[in-house]
Amino acid sequence: MVKVLAQREKQVFRKGEDTFNIGCERNSVAGSVSQRACVFCGSRVVLYPIADALHLIHGPIGCAAYTWDIRGALSSGPKLHRLSFSTDIQEKNVIYGGEKKLYNSLIELIDIYHPKAAFVYATCIVGIIGDDVDAVCKRVAGEKGIPVLPVHSEGFKGTKKDGYRAACEALLKIIGREATDKVPEFSINILGDFNIAGETWVIRDYYRRMGVEVVSVMTGDGRVADIGRSHGASLNVIQCSGSMMYLAKKMKEKYGIPYIRVSYFGIEDTSEALFAVARFFNDTEILERTGLLVESEVERVNRQIQRYRKKLKGRKATIYVGGAFKAFSLIKALHLLGMEVAVVGSQTGNIDDYTRLKDMCLPGTIILDDSNPVELANFSLEKEVDLFIGGVKERPLAYKLGIGFCDHNHERKQILAGYEGMVNFAKEVYSSVMSPVWRFSPRKTGRMANDIG
Amino acid sequence: MLLRHTPSEIKERNALTINPAKTCQPIGAMYAALGIHGCLPHSHGSQGCCAYHRSTLTRHFKEPVMAATSSFTEGASVFGGQANLLQAINNMFTVYTPEVIAVHTTCLSETIGDDINQIIRKAYEDGKVPEGKHVIHCNTPSYVGSHVTGYANMVAGMVKYFSESTGRYRDQINIIPGWIEPSDMREIKRIAKEMGVKIILFPDTSDVLDAPQKGKHMFYPEGGVTIPDLRSTGDSKLTIALGPFGTESAAALLDTKCKVKYELLDLPIGISATDRFISGLSRAACVEVPVSITAERGRAVDIITDMQQYFYNKKVALFGDPDQLMALTEFLVDLEMKPIHIISGTPGKQFVPRIRNILKDKVPNANVRNGANADLFLLHQLIKNEPVDLLVGNTYGKYIARDEDIPFVRMGFPILDRIGHSYFPTVGYSGAMRLLETILSALMDRQDRDAPEESFELVM
Repeated sequence: MVKVLAQREKQVFRKGEDTFNIGCERNSVAGSVSQRACVFCGSRVVLYPIADALHLIHGPIGCAAYTWDIRGALSSGPKLHRLSFSTDIQEKNVIYGGEKKLYNSLIELIDIYHPKAAFVYATCIVGIIGDDVDAVCKRVAGEKGIPVLPVHSEGFKGTKKDGYRAACEALLKIIGREATDKVPEFSINILGDFNIAGETWVIRDYYRRMGVEVVSVMTGDGRVADIGRSHGASLNVIQCSGSMMYLAKKMKEKYGIPYIRVSYFGIEDTSEALFAVARFFNDTEILERTGLLVESEVERVNRQIQRYRKKLKGRKATIYVGGAFKAFSLIKALHLLGMEVAVVGSQTGNIDDYTRLKDMCLPGTIILDDSNPVELANFSLEKEVDLFIGGVKERPLAYKLGIGFCDHNHERKQILAGYEGMVNFAKEVYSSVMSPVWRFSPRKTGRMANDIG
Repeated sequence: MLLRHTPSEIKERNALTINPAKTCQPIGAMYAALGIHGCLPHSHGSQGCCAYHRSTLTRHFKEPVMAATSSFTEGASVFGGQANLLQAINNMFTVYTPEVIAVHTTCLSETIGDDINQIIRKAYEDGKVPEGKHVIHCNTPSYVGSHVTGYANMVAGMVKYFSESTGRYRDQINIIPGWIEPSDMREIKRIAKEMGVKIILFPDTSDVLDAPQKGKHMFYPEGGVTIPDLRSTGDSKLTIALGPFGTESAAALLDTKCKVKYELLDLPIGISATDRFISGLSRAACVEVPVSITAERGRAVDIITDMQQYFYNKKVALFGDPDQLMALTEFLVDLEMKPIHIISGTPGKQFVPRIRNILKDKVPNANVRNGANADLFLLHQLIKNEPVDLLVGNTYGKYIARDEDIPFVRMGFPILDRIGHSYFPTVGYSGAMRLLETILSALMDRQDRDAPEESFELVM
């Protein structure tokens, strides 16, 4: 039996064996090797794809260095977001305050790059030394005539989710700045897609084919001006609900824009997303175009994944993701490939998420909240999984065990969204699970590297 | 053009860092701590720090990296992190059963003023540290120095907590490597073995961050310096410290604490620096340099001789960590190359004079900068003003290399887009051979690519 920290026992659930009472939305236990990040990380990942804005990180160098272009959020135009800007706080700033340095940095940056807006991320230390970031931002905005927005993302002030919220607060200050008279009736905003590997472009293209205009994407391949007029759209379509639900709710309150929650992962969910948007507009032509699009794409995808499905049938997987919503889609997509999910967990799921996960899974499935490498490795071995779906820290863990891997996080290198994403996903899962390298792997051969012969 | 916005006119900036050539202290402490066997590094701060360090190390080494965090909340930031750290120590020993917990601080815990010495003392008093287990620490405020400073601080922490002088003489030499790869640490051990010298290498990340696939999760991989070995460093004959930025503080502390003298050398990168290392080691241990090592040197020198025309007068831009840059600059000058732009984000007064001393009249007008605002934005501007034939640095150099169309050799930390660094050394004579090969390949591939058809050559 896998050993679990006493304080974490409630965050591990075996379907069919335990009564369902999973603990979640708790702070991590101090001393655990948690896979979670911080408030700043949440803000940074959400805002960073806005490509024509400055992203200045106010703090010591690390926060800027570790988040420098690590997420493949692509831009079709300006690429300011791929640079790393820091006030590089030094000891004397900690003692005497960093406001002057922040002011000078902003002025220098704006003079060099002429951005459309600037985001200023306050990191842990700024919260402690008490710099008045809001006042500096306001002053620079006045002097330079662009929006300069503080993002209160001190790492210790909660979890990644609080960082999402701080990012949404900043976005809300941009929304409404531009005129909306040119925005057509059949128009939406895409919320919670970050254009990793170019996924936004794929999704935008579906809407184009349906006859629905995308006013803004928050934030994949994002532009300040588009976000500024996003309040003119008729509907908000949210993907990564963990990061953007707050924004959608606020936009509904303030501008009366309704929202729907969708996923573009897997053919089932992608089709449902597109139909949901079409149904919302209830326009015969849009509905018809959507029907045709879905029909042809689904047929194509089903044909293309056949050969993978044959080989993958009955194989087992572990899923460990940031937000639980993504896990729902992944489970469906794996089922489509004939695979079973044996272990599934998330960093930040809530009770509704875990209830839904429980209902989707087979008896015996292990469900985890805020897990750690020991649990993930041991449960994966116990369940003899063939595939691990996770992020950067999980990849080498899986490989060391001799388990195939698919990155469904920042480091995906191919489009995994939409219909072509499903084909890519099938291909990637197949190539890793069926890789000939496992013939040499100790896990499969029962042989250590040092007893060859 | 990713960096299309970089203007060529250089203006003094007084505040801003753009595209840093350094990162913060804690990750260096984490890396060093992973070089102790059975050690769980612990980040005393917000959860994000630990996650970022683990992710960055994982991207660089393609290995799992285990480390824990105090998971600071708003409460801890107001009332201090003592409760978190005590609970963390208790939890780690209960669940992850490390031999050692190596605590490092962060900007947050430093600024609120947690006294780690006192908290560790309390952990022992409260019985939270099991018999025979250890908790060590170092202070790594992120707003001072760089990742190299953090590495140096944790290595000094090892001396502070473990080295002891028993009065019993040991026929062994301590070797403290600066921040180098597991492959380099393995190579130093191989060289010492080849020479028949017993050494204690600390830290030692070989077999930790280049571990073989075993089909199970090795929470503590097989490598790392052991506690008994670390203790024994106080009885050694001499310490050889490789790279002043990464190692001098630890070597000096060992001298003060246990009266073990030290010899401070450069990282053994290139022929001259390796010569000094080999002769230093042979002198210290009173052994002859074996024929096998001399032969390695001969092969490296032979490559240089064979290919000298390809190195001659080539202009190079370098960036990275000071210990590497000092040795590498000397190597490039030995190859008759011209390092004309040299940048390190790590502050430290000895860097510029030392590099100038190496360059002397060979490259008198080189641009050498470190510390504040010595970043890749500046390096790019320098290159725009005076172009180079080769760029050497970590992965982040690839933007400049692409925009300016310059051959690029990856060396330093982090390398996020290639493998090799953790498996093939750059230290020693065989490391020099690898460097020669990578530099030559970069230059000659470029020559092949750009040669007009009529002068495209088969034999080079």
